[in-house]
Amino acid sequence: MNIVIVGHVDHGKSTVIGRLLADTGSLPEGKLDAVKASCRRNSKPFEYAFLLDALKDEQAQGITIDMARCFFKTKKRDYIIIDAPGHIEFLKNMITGASRAEAALLVIDADEGIQENSRRHGQMVSMLGVKQVTVLVNKMDLVGYREEVYLKLQADYSEFLRQIKVTPVSFIPVSAREGENIASHSELMGWYTGPTVLDQLDGFASEADLQEKPFRFPVQDIYKFTKENDDRRIVAGTVAAGTVHAGDEVLFLPSGKQSRVLSVESFNTRPKTAATVGDAIGFTLATQIYIRPGELMVKPSDPQPEVGSRFRVNIFWLGRAPMVRDREYKLKLGSAKASVRLAEICNTLDASDLSFSSSKQQLECRDVGECILETSRPIAFDPSSSSESTGRFVIVDNFEIAGGGIVVENLSSGETLLQRHIRERENNWEAGHVRVEERAQANSHQPKFIVFTGAPGTGKRAVAKSLERTLFENRMNAYYLGVASIDRGLDADIGAKADSADERLRRIGELARILTDAGLIFITTIDDADDFDIEALKQLNEPNDILVINLGENGFSRYQPDLHLPSVGELKESVALVVTMLKTREIINDWQI
Amino acid sequence: MDHLDKLEAQSVYILREAYREFKSLCMLWSIGKDSTVMLWLARKAFFGHVPIPLVHIDTHYKIPEMIAYRDRIALEWNLNMIYGENRDALEQKLTFPDGNTDRLTCCKYLKSEALKHTLSGEWPRYRLDHELKRYVPDEGKEPYTGVIAGVRADEEGSRSKERYFSPRDKDNVWDVGDQPPEFWNQFKTDFAPGTHVRIHPLLDWTELNIWEYIERENIPIVSLYFNQGEGTRFRSLGCYPCTNPVDSESRTLAEVIEELRSGKLSNIAERSGRAQDSEDGGLETLRRDGYM
Repeated sequence: MNIVIVGHVDHGKSTVIGRLLADTGSLPEGKLDAVKASCRRNSKPFEYAFLLDALKDEQAQGITIDMARCFFKTKKRDYIIIDAPGHIEFLKNMITGASRAEAALLVIDADEGIQENSRRHGQMVSMLGVKQVTVLVNKMDLVGYREEVYLKLQADYSEFLRQIKVTPVSFIPVSAREGENIASHSELMGWYTGPTVLDQLDGFASEADLQEKPFRFPVQDIYKFTKENDDRRIVAGTVAAGTVHAGDEVLFLPSGKQSRVLSVESFNTRPKTAATVGDAIGFTLATQIYIRPGELMVKPSDPQPEVGSRFRVNIFWLGRAPMVRDREYKLKLGSAKASVRLAEICNTLDASDLSFSSSKQQLECRDVGECILETSRPIAFDPSSSSESTGRFVIVDNFEIAGGGIVVENLSSGETLLQRHIRERENNWEAGHVRVEERAQANSHQPKFIVFTGAPGTGKRAVAKSLERTLFENRMNAYYLGVASIDRGLDADIGAKADSADERLRRIGELARILTDAGLIFITTIDDADDFDIEALKQLNEPNDILVINLGENGFSRYQPDLHLPSVGELKESVALVVTMLKTREIINDWQI
Repeated sequence: MDHLDKLEAQSVYILREAYREFKSLCMLWSIGKDSTVMLWLARKAFFGHVPIPLVHIDTHYKIPEMIAYRDRIALEWNLNMIYGENRDALEQKLTFPDGNTDRLTCCKYLKSEALKHTLSGEWPRYRLDHELKRYVPDEGKEPYTGVIAGVRADEEGSRSKERYFSPRDKDNVWDVGDQPPEFWNQFKTDFAPGTHVRIHPLLDWTELNIWEYIERENIPIVSLYFNQGEGTRFRSLGCYPCTNPVDSESRTLAEVIEELRSGKLSNIAERSGRAQDSEDGGLETLRRDGYM
């Protein structure tokens, strides 16, 4: 079981752990001797906290700068104790530690009382989803082991916890330095009859039973090791909640594709027919459907997750730069990734004094804010109140994880940022004196945005270029844009980074809006476009039209391409099929080619 | 799920994240029990395959059984096996066994430097040719930007502060005080050009967990870990001039586990047989310079 120890700097977290390790005989001999020897060399009295302060510069500063793991065993079970730093500068380290804990010990100095980080950590632990919290009132030796000091602190801190909706499991008065109430009951505090720290650890309940919950499986990757003579196509990931059996119908979101689990795959185990929460596992499917990493696999028979691109969230922000509107960030939720923008800040909470503010325009470092986020494409998720692990996310800014949060609710109705952008763009569009219809008449063809898509290597560029040539030779205004041409030009500022895929797409859409307005048949290719890519291009190109031609395997889930060529044969034949469609749709005239 | 199941699942998840996110990825295989368990976990993660090259730094002072075992397993499991070395230091005899350096400097030359330059692609790499069954110069000169290493948090103080995904700057330097946050199972997998990352799937495993898992999965490990009749065995493997066996009668996995759990080794640090650790600065100084 993972336990995190949090609290304000110098309130004695490391000493509590050092004591636990020493009093239960969990220390390797080498370690204790090394620390004692180091104390002798530096003429310092030995302290239990030094056991953990294993790094040199940390000892020099006398504070824990990073979370450290300690391994520890009682008769009941194995523990990993995570020592989280109390210093405010190292909040992100504390969060790292706390986010993988099942229970938390929150240490408060009886003498110094509740400090800023006593509150902040309490709130963080609660937001991170740690449900079991025990408060250790430490350094009771400094207040003469007086019960009234303990009771006062217990009352004050309980009141704070009540405000942030946390119910502590227990309060324990301790002196870690003197070992009172750590492993055995303190004779000096006979007035306290509750559990010792060790009793309490063993008393924490293990992870809530998630097996009965709706099945949730974030698809981490799709493997096919054909070169190794393995024909299995395996959907791999870790089950976030629930259970699935071979033969169960499954649904992938947001794409909406369906299939059935053919087999449960694992290596060096007995054959499996089911997978349950926590299993890092794989599945083969009964039908060959095209899905991507990042989808959420669920059972259609279960309560369904939400799919949306606009949602209300609680975020805590740790970035060096504040979180602002009009900047693109990356959101990671489950195995999904999407670019995301801050649409609105509803209110922010200052944890140091627990005051709310609704006037903030940006989230500063260490702010906690209720916000509305909008992703560039829909993702599947659960409100965190119904399924924790598929309801929490992180935000990446400039390569760094800069914030984390939980989804409160789906807000998918209402105008998206993209729709607003297009509305504003069209309101400000400055047309010349030539109308689109006049141009079409002069050109003898309609303007059109033609997108060829499909997996890389299907030959779509050859078909696209050949189409351009054919139209041109028949005196039509057609233009082929190679995507590589804009990498170093129009897109030079964003480069070819994986993160900027959505922005690259947006620019192609904007370009299409201009070129179709100029009356052109504008032709380009996009690898592996999905429903959401095409929807975005369609909106960006409005009020003009888009035509989509898919080559090879059809990767779309609901979207019907205007033309689908399952296999690419002779170039001429493929081009002829496209030309025929253009005639049928009256984009070009029958007599022209 | 028992404790070992949970550890296994988390390690598999981390390996799959690494494979998904890093184009140029390798796994360090020291031949020791930890990185051999990690290699096994890769077979778990990728359903019997290991789609990641394995890199071994050969100091040429490794115990001979280690090399024989490495090549046998590499052929058997169809591994993309690569080794690197510090050719200059070996030719110039800048080593501790040659009497020309102290132990730590020897480690720095033969391990840290060799590792750094093998990963960057500046020094020659040798790849196992499965047809010829011998090593040939490797064509690949691409730097590895993701390096999977089998360090455990319980081994030693500085390792207890590692992250699963731990960035190093281009000089391999580890800034302990400024590590990225890891929320839940979301790790830092976005990196600016020029940085690279160490990935540590075994961080939460203890020495005892490793042995229990070897027993459960029946993983073949090098025989040096067992007493072969002399009343000694190795607890931690390294170069023969600096690695001493411990007195032990344990001949089998079950005996090794019993010895660690409640026997005479239960209270003695694992690396106590590694002489370089007791020199000034020890492992932490080595690690800041890129030692694993």
